[in-house]
Amino acid sequence: MFAYIVRRLIGAVLMLLLVSLVTFGIFFWLPKLAGQTTDQIAAGYVGKAPTKEAIQDTKERLGLDDPVLVQYGNYVKGIAVGRDFEAGPVTDHCPAPCLGYSFRSSQPVLETLVDRAPATASLAAGAAVIWLTGGITVGVISALRRGSLWDRATMVIALSGVSLPIYFTGMVSLQLFSYSVEIFPGGGQYTAITADPVKWFQALVLPWVTLAFLYAAMYARLTRAGMLETMNEDYIRTARAKGLPERTVVTKHALRASLTPIMTVFGLDLGLLLGGAVLTESTFGIPGLGRLAIDSIRSGDLPMVLGVTLLTSASIVIINLIVDLLYAVVDPRVRLG
Amino acid sequence: MAAPIEVSGSDTEAQPESVLAGVDRKKIQGRSLGQIAWLRLRRDKVALTGALVVLLLILLAIFGPYFVQDPLKYNQNLIDPTYNRPKSGFWHSGISSEHWLGVEPGTGRDMLARIVHGARISLLVSFLATLMSVIIGTTMGIIAGFFGGWVDYVISRAMDAFLAFPLLLFAIALVGVVADDAFGLSGNNLRVSVLVIVIGFFNWPYIGRIIRGQTLSLREREFVDAARSMGARNSYVLFKEILPNLVAPILVYSTLLIPTNILFEAALSFLGVGVNPPTPSWGGMLTLAVPIYSSDPMYMIIPGMAIFITVLAFNLFGDGLRDALDPRSR
Repeated sequence: MFAYIVRRLIGAVLMLLLVSLVTFGIFFWLPKLAGQTTDQIAAGYVGKAPTKEAIQDTKERLGLDDPVLVQYGNYVKGIAVGRDFEAGPVTDHCPAPCLGYSFRSSQPVLETLVDRAPATASLAAGAAVIWLTGGITVGVISALRRGSLWDRATMVIALSGVSLPIYFTGMVSLQLFSYSVEIFPGGGQYTAITADPVKWFQALVLPWVTLAFLYAAMYARLTRAGMLETMNEDYIRTARAKGLPERTVVTKHALRASLTPIMTVFGLDLGLLLGGAVLTESTFGIPGLGRLAIDSIRSGDLPMVLGVTLLTSASIVIINLIVDLLYAVVDPRVRLG
Repeated sequence: MAAPIEVSGSDTEAQPESVLAGVDRKKIQGRSLGQIAWLRLRRDKVALTGALVVLLLILLAIFGPYFVQDPLKYNQNLIDPTYNRPKSGFWHSGISSEHWLGVEPGTGRDMLARIVHGARISLLVSFLATLMSVIIGTTMGIIAGFFGGWVDYVISRAMDAFLAFPLLLFAIALVGVVADDAFGLSGNNLRVSVLVIVIGFFNWPYIGRIIRGQTLSLREREFVDAARSMGARNSYVLFKEILPNLVAPILVYSTLLIPTNILFEAALSFLGVGVNPPTPSWGGMLTLAVPIYSSDPMYMIIPGMAIFITVLAFNLFGDGLRDALDPRSR
C-alpha cells in the first residue's frame, strides 16, 4: 500500500514535469518553429509599441536567447529550491515553490493562483455534489425501469444535455432566471464565502445547476449503461437467490460494482474543473482560475499560464490517485499493488 | 458471433412427412454482421432520424453556401441604431421573407447565410480532426494491444498523460501562439489546419484506449491462434484477422467523436481562437451574442440551436450505430 502510493507520487511528479515541458514548448519552441525570431517573441511580451531597448531588456530578463531546455531547467529549479530574479540593481529572491512573476502585473504567480482558487473550488465542489447525486440517481432508476416512460424521457433529456454547449445553456439560464424573472443575480456578481455566505450561495446557484446539468446528463448515461451490464451478472442472480431484498441487491451489489468506472471519470472531470472551469467561469463572470487562464493566454502571460496548467494537471493527478485508492474500498476485487 | 437465423423466401423444401404437407416451410439463410446491423439500424427510428439530419447537414455544408446570400454583406438599413439591434421581426430578430433567420445585430448580415457557412467550417474541422484522432488512436491502440510488453506500457502511459492535460487550455494556448502566417499557410487556411491538428491530436487517447482493449481481447481469440498455427505472420494477423474485427468499434467511436469535436471547435471559437472574423462560425456568433442577448435573444438562440441540433443528430446516430453493431449493449 505504502509502496504503491510512493510509486504513484513519483509518477505524478514525472507527469507534472512532462506537462510543464509541453507548456513551455508551446510558448517558446513552437513560435520559433513557426518562424518567429526571439525579438518578435519578446516584442509580444512588451506590449504596445515596443521600443528596441524594451525588447532587448525583456529578452535578457526572460532569458529568451537561452536554449528552451535551459530556460525550462531554471523554471523547474525555481519550483524546487527557489530562484533569484535580477530586476535592475535589486535582486529579488522568490522562495520555493517559485512559479515566477506575472509578465503583466508583476505579482507572484503563486499568490494570484491562491487568490483565484476559492472561486473555482466553490463552483466545482457545488456542481459535483449536484451532478453526482442527480446523475447517479437518474441512471439507476432508468436502468431498473428500462424501457419505461421515465427511462425514455430522462435519456432523451440526458442526450440533449450532453449535446448543448455550456455557454449556451448558461446564457439561456441567465436570461430566464436573472433578467426576465429576477430570482438570481446576473453574471459577474461572485462574492467570496468568507465575505458573505448568502450572496456567495445566490451567485453560484445558476452556475452550479448549469454546470451540473451537463455532467449529470453524462453520468446518468454512464450509470445506466453500467447498471444494465452488472444487473445481468451471475452474482446478482446469486444475491437474489440468497433471498436478499431487492433494495440490498441493487445498492450493495449492483451499484457498488457500477461505481468504479464512474469514479474514474469523476476523478478526471473534477480534477480538470478544479484547474478552472473555463467556459462556465467566462459565461457567468466568475473570477476563478479558468478566467485567469484565458486572460493570461490572451495577454501572453506565460508564467501565469504555466502556473494554471501545472495546478490543473496536479489536481487531476492527485485526485486520480485518491480515486485509485478508493477503488480498493468500493470494489473488494481490486487489490493495490 | 453467430448470426441469428432469419426466415425468408418461400422456396419449399422436400417434405417427406405427409403430416407437414401444406405447411409452408421457408429456407433458412445466414446473414453477415453488416446485414444484421443494417436490419437492426433500420428498425431504430430515432437513429435513422439522426442519420437523416446528419446527411442533410452534410449536404447543407457542401452545397448550401452556393444558394444563400453573401454572409459578409452589411444591411445597416435594417438596424435600429439606438439599440444596435434589428428594427423589425419577432423579438427584434429581423426575421422576414428576405432574411429567414433574421439579421445580425449591429451589421445586419444575413443569419441564414452565416449559419450555413458556419456549418461548413464546423463540419470540416470536426470531420478532419476526427479522422486524425481515429488514425493516430487506432494505430497506437493496435500497436499497444497487439505487441504488449514495454511498447504497451509506453503507449498506455502516454495516453494517461494526455488525459491529465488541461486540453482546452492547451488548445487555446496553441491556437493563440501560432502567428497569422506560418508553415507556408496564412489566414483561415492556417486557422482551420491548426484547429484540426490541435483538436485531432488531443483526442486520440480516447479512441486509442478502446482500440487497445479490443485488440488485447482479440489477440487471445481462437481464430488468431488458428491463423498462427497455420504459419501466419504478424502482418497477416494484424491486417486480415484483427483489423476487420475492429471496424465496428472504430466506426461507432468515430461517429461519437464527431459531435465532441463540433463542441470543442465551437468552444474554441466562443473563446475567440477559432477561425478569424469575418468568416462566420457558430461559436463566434455566440460570443457576439453575449453582450446583446437580453435585447435580441434570437441572435443567441439560432447559433445555439444549430450547434445543438447538429451535435444531437450525430449523438443519436452514433448511439443507434453502437446498439446495432454491439448486440450486448442496450
